[in-house]
Amino acid sequence: MRKIINIPVNSVIPKVNTILERQGIPNHINANDRTIEIAEEAISIFSKLAFPIGVIQELSKEEFDNVFRGEGNNEIDSPVRNIFKASDDLALFAVTIEEEVCVEISRLFFMNDFALGSMLDAVASEATEMAAQATENYYRSHLQKIGRFNNAGGILRFSPGYCGWHVSGQRKLFQYLHAEDIGINLRESFLMEPLKSISGVIISGKKEIFQFEDTFSFCGSCATHICRERSKLLLD
Amino acid sequence: MDIIQELSEQLQQGNPKKAAELTQQAINENIDTKTILDQGLIAGMSVVGEKFKQHEIFLPDVLLAAKAMYAGMDLLKPLMLKEGIPTIGKVVIGTVQGDLHDIGKNLVAIMLKGAGFEVIDLGNDVSPEKFLDTAEKENADIIGMSALLTTTMPVMKKVIDLAKERQIFGKKKFIVGGAPLSTEYAKEIGADAYCFDGMSAVEAVKRFTSISS
Ligand code: B1M
Repeated sequence: MRKIINIPVNSVIPKVNTILERQGIPNHINANDRTIEIAEEAISIFSKLAFPIGVIQELSKEEFDNVFRGEGNNEIDSPVRNIFKASDDLALFAVTIEEEVCVEISRLFFMNDFALGSMLDAVASEATEMAAQATENYYRSHLQKIGRFNNAGGILRFSPGYCGWHVSGQRKLFQYLHAEDIGINLRESFLMEPLKSISGVIISGKKEIFQFEDTFSFCGSCATHICRERSKLLLD
Repeated sequence: MDIIQELSEQLQQGNPKKAAELTQQAINENIDTKTILDQGLIAGMSVVGEKFKQHEIFLPDVLLAAKAMYAGMDLLKPLMLKEGIPTIGKVVIGTVQGDLHDIGKNLVAIMLKGAGFEVIDLGNDVSPEKFLDTAEKENADIIGMSALLTTTMPVMKKVIDLAKERQIFGKKKFIVGGAPLSTEYAKEIGADAYCFDGMSAVEAVKRFTSISS
């Protein structure tokens, strides 16, 4: 299965609170009216300029094994490796919200409209994550429809650059996925253009396969330990 | 309230229109350019920086104040040039070659300008040659590099190695920042400081420019 998904922009509009958090304003603090106005303006600009789009392509474990090996720079042991080996279904994905928002962010900074520019950046980053989530949801529905996903199942996405999967893994991923079809290109340094893009693999399997301890060699330098939340959510 | 104090207050409120008006008024009243700069604009931004550090205000407030600061600076710049008022230090800043992440670097540049430094922003995807050529041509005191990917971090070392080759290492200070960096990495490549955020970049640059002067 390969599918290009046009994601409705309204489905990736983040909540004001989430954006404010990205701007370093904790949830328990009441942001002033001016800040909220800027956040709302950023959302409005975003909804006019963004075109979220994703591509998804299923592959076998053998094929993914080759993609995952990448340029040979991964950590020796990593959760992704253990999880995909025990999985039932796999799909590579890439999403972007397109270039126009990025251009507008630069323009706002150039015009010294730093607060709005920075807020729009936060909206765009969060929206890109939501677009990745929309792609994951799409894959889950697809698997449900064909009877390959039920309540005992879990589904999660992982990206090169996280959890021991080296960011250089993007090269093989791109060779396989052809994300150029939705306007994403990969640079020599493994950076995607447009900047607001995410790539990775969506893994589906029994909920248990996603449970792991955050005691890998690289976990110590991880700033978020977001894996804890993600795997816990699967069990709830 | 005197005009300079009001300028500082309006800047802190993030009011660019008022900040520009008051700067112009101060110029018209023949108030010394350096006084307008130091006691109006830079003093206002230091209060903002301090409040930000204490979590009394947040990033959007700082950025609104920075816009007001720039509005005043635009009017003072020609006078400073005419009167030969030196800036407190010059920083060449950019995101290294291969990397397009510039939001963090932009914020750092804003903070540095807000603290009164002259900042030459080379943008993103900056080659080692461009960092050094510009720093030499502009006689900058500091070179600031940003990288957000582990694959682009090594370019920072290339810049420092090239500086050694050109024998300007030691004559200029190198500061580095970005999510995957650390103090250890900065040390390893020979950078003078790793800066966690904009405020720590301001502190490092202040430290280095007072040493060099
Ligand atoms: C000169 O002196 C100085 C001094 C201080 C300096 C300085 C210079 N430069 C920076 N600073 C410092 O001061 C600034 C102000 O406080 C700060 O600047 P920052 O730029 O750090 O801060 C900004 C204001 C806000 N911060 C950010 O915008 C980055 C935040 C994190 C969470 C992040 C985000 C938001 C995003 N990302 Co991504 N992202 C991460 C980041 C992890 C993190 N904790 O930082 C990082 C950078 N990303 C990463 C990855 C892997 C990726 N991301 C990707 C995508 C994305 C989003 C689109 C979802 C989003 C937007 C990216 C963007 N910036 O536009 C992908 C790449 C995108 C691409 N185009 O290729 C992708 C490759 C994932 C994928 N496979 O899809 C990681 C890189 C790891 C690596 N090995 O290199 C990463 C470190 C996350 C991680 N794994 O921990 C300081 O660092």
